[in-house]
Amino acid sequence: MNWQAVFPEIALLAMACVVALADLWVKDKERLLTYCLAQGSLFVIAMIQLWYFYAGFTLYAMQRMVVADPMGHLLGLFATLATMVTLVYARPYAASRDMLKGELFSLSMFSLLGILVMVAANNFLVVYLGLELMSLSLYALVAMRRDSVPATEAAMKYFVLGALASGFLLYGLSMMYGATGSLELGEVFKAIGTGEINRGVLILGTVFVVSGLAFKLGAVPFHMWVPDVYQGAPTAATLLVGGAPKLAAFAITIRLLVEGMLGLAVDWQQMLVLLSVASMLLGNLAAMAQSNIKRMLAYSTIAQIGFMMLGLCPGVVSGNTVSASNAYSSAMFYIITDVLTFLGTFGMVMLLSRTGHEAELIDDFKGLAKTSPWFAGVMAVFMFSLAGVPPTVGFYAKLAVLQALVSTNVAGFIWLAVVAVVLSLLGAFYYLRVVKVMYFDDPVGAHAVEGTRDARLLVSLNGAAVLILGILPGGLMQMCAQAIVQMFAT
Amino acid sequence: MGTARRRRDPDNKKNMPLLSLAIWLPIVSGVLLLAFGRDDRADAVRWGALIASVVSFAVTIPLVTGFNTGTAALQFVERHRWIERFASYYLLGVDGLSVWFVLLTAFITVIVVVSAWQVITERVNQYMGAFLVLSGLLVGVFCAMDGLLFYVFFEATLIPMYLIIGVWGGPRRVYAAFKFFLYTLAGSLLMLVALIYLYYKSGGSFDILVWQRLPLTLHAQVLLFFAFFFAFAVKVPMWPVHTWLPDAHVEAPTGGSVVLAAIMLKLGAYGFIRFSLPIVPDASHKWAWFMVALSLIAVVYIGLVALVQSDMKKLVAYSSIAHMGFVTLGFFMFDERGMGSELTTSGAIVQMISHGFVSGAMFLCIGVLYDRVHSRDIAAYGGVANTMPKFAALAMVFAMANCGLPGTAGFVGEWMVILGTVAKGKFWIAAIAASTMIWGAAYTLWMIRRVYFGAIANENVRALKDVNAREFAMLGVIAAAVIAMGVYPKPFTDVMHVSVTQLLRQTAISKAGL
Repeated sequence: MNWQAVFPEIALLAMACVVALADLWVKDKERLLTYCLAQGSLFVIAMIQLWYFYAGFTLYAMQRMVVADPMGHLLGLFATLATMVTLVYARPYAASRDMLKGELFSLSMFSLLGILVMVAANNFLVVYLGLELMSLSLYALVAMRRDSVPATEAAMKYFVLGALASGFLLYGLSMMYGATGSLELGEVFKAIGTGEINRGVLILGTVFVVSGLAFKLGAVPFHMWVPDVYQGAPTAATLLVGGAPKLAAFAITIRLLVEGMLGLAVDWQQMLVLLSVASMLLGNLAAMAQSNIKRMLAYSTIAQIGFMMLGLCPGVVSGNTVSASNAYSSAMFYIITDVLTFLGTFGMVMLLSRTGHEAELIDDFKGLAKTSPWFAGVMAVFMFSLAGVPPTVGFYAKLAVLQALVSTNVAGFIWLAVVAVVLSLLGAFYYLRVVKVMYFDDPVGAHAVEGTRDARLLVSLNGAAVLILGILPGGLMQMCAQAIVQMFAT
Repeated sequence: MGTARRRRDPDNKKNMPLLSLAIWLPIVSGVLLLAFGRDDRADAVRWGALIASVVSFAVTIPLVTGFNTGTAALQFVERHRWIERFASYYLLGVDGLSVWFVLLTAFITVIVVVSAWQVITERVNQYMGAFLVLSGLLVGVFCAMDGLLFYVFFEATLIPMYLIIGVWGGPRRVYAAFKFFLYTLAGSLLMLVALIYLYYKSGGSFDILVWQRLPLTLHAQVLLFFAFFFAFAVKVPMWPVHTWLPDAHVEAPTGGSVVLAAIMLKLGAYGFIRFSLPIVPDASHKWAWFMVALSLIAVVYIGLVALVQSDMKKLVAYSSIAHMGFVTLGFFMFDERGMGSELTTSGAIVQMISHGFVSGAMFLCIGVLYDRVHSRDIAAYGGVANTMPKFAALAMVFAMANCGLPGTAGFVGEWMVILGTVAKGKFWIAAIAASTMIWGAAYTLWMIRRVYFGAIANENVRALKDVNAREFAMLGVIAAAVIAMGVYPKPFTDVMHVSVTQLLRQTAISKAGL
């Protein structure tokens, strides 16, 4: 058995338990020990993922239940980094809201464990187990402020709808299992390839699998939970729900739809086209009408997910998979950079929140350019990146997806690119409005950005990363391409 | 930029990466000002900005003095691998079509910095920083010979301009800033799809020169032509997508108006000669009548609209649109016979440069008056010449140039375009276009008469103080340039001659049949 393949997961499990136990003896209000222990172990795990990625191997372990491949390592690396960044942003915010308990750290680590399991899954059941581990930890994290009504309401919604989505996915997977007789992705792929399987069952299974994935990604019309949870949850928990888990949802989408069900691509691509256009349309339109920044960013996330899914659509063109690695790597680049920007934006929202004051409204950003010009600049970089204006990384993410669409040379896909471009113009409006509020309006009460020094430094670094990747995006793109190419090679 | 070695053009004897310096010097110094400048050290910020802009201008001078007028090939080329996945290069170079605009941009930036010296007192570092960054990005647009790099610079210019209009603008600045940003973004996003399509068609290259040799069917060319048309027509702006410009001009601070009129409008016209004409020549031929028609509407209709304006800035904004109509007219007057085509095209480029000086100066003059009286209304003035004689003399020079008086820069371009059009036997088009001399004289001189001449209209005007040394120097330099260009335009036409011939040759060859 290849222990090496699952070493990061085992280490993370052990450290999550250690953190949970160690916290019992921590008296300190700041929870410095727990925090350092959690961050230290996450850092080590991130480094292992990075090392594995550069080693470039593909290993199967546990009777081929899990796979360790570069795609998994890259997504795992970014999920781990996202969790680390989230914890840095969350600590001062949680401390001033009586949320800084040991559970914050151990549950975050368990949800990350679920993500890593999903990312490395090579079996329907492992996908499901990882998903449940992640989701259950997140439900609890959203509900961490027990006495806050909106937070508990958000947790209930998240739980009920999340359970429904898991049910959809499980039902779809069971149909695929019934039709193909295997739970292993590779076997399912082969079975579908034989062409001897009842098409009706496969299609029905695909519909349920895609619906379940769309729920988890938050695509229209399965998006209902996203605005409510993003808005209701304490901002620290919003970041945990909206950051790393998106990478996981993307990973299982690739694992299930591409590695398992590429033979059905013609069918699921049509579904994704509809989902993505609906997401971009509704996400962008609804975001314009919001005055709450968390809700606006939730709708913007829906629109971004829609754009990302466009990258998954042109993988298989008239039975030909030539453009597949190009298409999927563009989607992967999109989701990674989107998470990077998302983290920064919510980091800013948390920096602006003070004891006894939630910075929830767009108006809370009023006149930020006068009180803290530096952070207004950083936030503007995030907004322009979400809007896809160069020279920020969001532009190249959109460009990569559009290029994948146009290079199919299919008229339908080229028109889809035009539609995506027009809809992203709608998006520019509300991102610009945030910039407008910061730069053109006068501050309401004169208060500069607070927050601990490490959170402020990290938000600045986050903004710098968005800008530097916007000038030199080549490296990360190459990593994504390499990961996807190697996935196809095995 | 990867490990790829720098590949030098054999013609290029200079070893300094001049174009990179011209782009990055202002950007880096602008960012430094943004990061470290504070209002309690405003004077240091001003001097820093002045030094940065002057040095940035100085590095562009060797571009013209060392320019080889005998070739249409790119000069001062810099080429580095940029984004592996798109096979995109950091590819810079100038030819006769673009080199003057690099200088013009750097020059106008110096003027803008000087013009803001005593006027901007709050957030000085942000104002100066934004203009320096904008200047670097604009130079980048004119130098980029890689489609993706061009697009990045082209779009990035929106961000500083949006902030400049929105932060330092007039009462309706938010509306104007949004209109400016969304209008131009809408146009350029379609161009993005066109660029990706060309990238795909050329087998994975973003090199503009490769695209210019790429065979394309007529159908594809027409679609590409309109994708480019929307991007560039909005920027020029051509009638009927011009409505953002008066708003943006009126609300922008003086420096913003100057850069908008002098440089940003040129991006659109430059796009037509860099992309539309050489890349989709057949579609350009097919739709030239459409472009000519829109240009003539701009010249005549917008000229009449300018006549009835009561706001000085709006008047100059509309006159800009009318003058840019001349530019697009000149570009699309080619035909198979080639007679006079070179005259119209060169004339259009000369018109772009002269309009850069003249419209910039007109806005500066309005800024000088506005700083004193805080009104842009023509009716608020009268008899300014009595209290500000030096200023009125300079303003007269620019007004004369604006109506195209011989001996000023404004005359040369318009004359070349009209002459070329007549040489092609299209007398009536020339006649309609020439009517701009009448409209231009009408609206400009009428405004001059109402603002500068006559008896002193009110106490505000009586209290006016004449221009100080700073203002006199800044306007005087431009006035000298305007007259020099009007009297002796040869250096300008010499530099562009070979490139224009090459452009017309490319445009004359059909790509659809290949």
